[in-house]
Amino acid sequence: MYNASDLRKGLKLQIDGNPYIIIDFEFSKPGKGQALYRCKMRNMITGNQLVQTYRSVDKFEKADLEERKMQYLYNQDDEYHFMDTDNFEQLFITREQLGDNVNFLIDNMEVEVLFFAGKAIDVSLPIFVNLVVTKADPWAKGDTSGTDTKPVTVETGYILQVPPFVEEGEKIQIDTRTGEYVTRVKD
Amino acid sequence: MLDRKGLHRRAALFASVRRFFRTRGFLEVDTPIRQPVIIPESNIHPLAAEGQYLQTSPELCMKRILAAGCDNIFQICPCFRKEERGRRHLEEFTMLEWYRRDADYLQLMRDCEELLVEIAGSTVPGFPDTEKLPEGGTFPGLELTVPWERLTVQEAFSRYSPLPLDRCIAEDCFDEMLVEHVEPNLGRPVPTFLHDYPVEMATLAKCRADDPTRVERFELYVNGMELANGFSELTDADEQRRRFIHEIGIIEGSGRLPAGIPERFLADLARIEAAAGIALGMDRLFMLLTGEKDISRAVSFAPGDF
Repeated sequence: MYNASDLRKGLKLQIDGNPYIIIDFEFSKPGKGQALYRCKMRNMITGNQLVQTYRSVDKFEKADLEERKMQYLYNQDDEYHFMDTDNFEQLFITREQLGDNVNFLIDNMEVEVLFFAGKAIDVSLPIFVNLVVTKADPWAKGDTSGTDTKPVTVETGYILQVPPFVEEGEKIQIDTRTGEYVTRVKD
Repeated sequence: MLDRKGLHRRAALFASVRRFFRTRGFLEVDTPIRQPVIIPESNIHPLAAEGQYLQTSPELCMKRILAAGCDNIFQICPCFRKEERGRRHLEEFTMLEWYRRDADYLQLMRDCEELLVEIAGSTVPGFPDTEKLPEGGTFPGLELTVPWERLTVQEAFSRYSPLPLDRCIAEDCFDEMLVEHVEPNLGRPVPTFLHDYPVEMATLAKCRADDPTRVERFELYVNGMELANGFSELTDADEQRRRFIHEIGIIEGSGRLPAGIPERFLADLARIEAAAGIALGMDRLFMLLTGEKDISRAVSFAPGDF
């Protein structure tokens, strides 16, 4: 069981027999009032969304998911194909089910595929992935403002904000939980 | 972690706040962060520290200093509240508290107005003009012309909540309705004082003379965010003891171990005739200056920086 204090973005719960993933989470606590945990969740099978506000006394069932290590192969339209490298069994998961995870999938990447009642429904990514920057505006030298950022596109097509010194062709590390830039990486 | 410019601006804010209170005759005090007793409040959970507690607020010690004869005092200090983590919450945060003898909550509202107006556009001795607070001389997106909006809790609920106040209390959904429907509308672009709370929602505030179901307590909202909580202090030690016992009952009922009654505080309370006190979140005030939406980017070091 999870407690309310365990709730966070990305956590997977079971509600009325269905697996849900928290896609947006907000903690709030009005002055002298009680802690409130507002969760926006996605049904991992139907894709339907649900918003619920919980209190600190509430308890939650863990989603009953099985994990299997598989390799991401390619996508064809909205179908993302994976292969079990032990028995070469292949399967696909839809873009809708993968949600934001599609932003971080690159060919031949090893991921944990999640199964619910024997059916593949999502993947669990490593916390950090390294992706190549495919599009970035050049850094205007002399711009020394330390806090500014600029948008870049990485090889999966995902766009994010990075410090201005990041250039095209460089590899950057991204936190898959937040989708945010972490650091530049050297090969 | 804050960058160099951020650290300078935060230091300038702290200096500006200290100057505000010193020029008004307030005494800056410092009290222990770790204490053997704390205020029993059912919704605020303390962090334990070797058989004692990290303070959830410096309130107990500051009121005892008032009882010892000081008139107007202030303090800026770290406070700790277990399992509070969100865009506007950190388990460790920085609080500004100030107390006035022979004053009520209306005076504290005026203090808040003066404080923010003075901070906006002020330059601080010892800091270069480039560290002016804030850049451009105003809080971004705020209209600080006084007097600010004053709205009773009753009025706010009839204006913004789908359920009237009495039903929210009866059906135990006051906090949910406040957070979901009322708070987002407050303090835009002029700050709002939400005041006269139901008596159930204040452990240490004095009741209104004309209505014992309401207390002289207010919350200051700026840009939909709660910034400060102030009230006319309850100085009736017997009534205060009854409220503490009520809170301890709730804490025990939820399976937690209460900290016990702060007896020396109650003894000192009898020596204060009238006073008013307020707590203001310094990190949130800094968020308003910088336009930052996440408190972890408004403190020098956030939990993720380790």
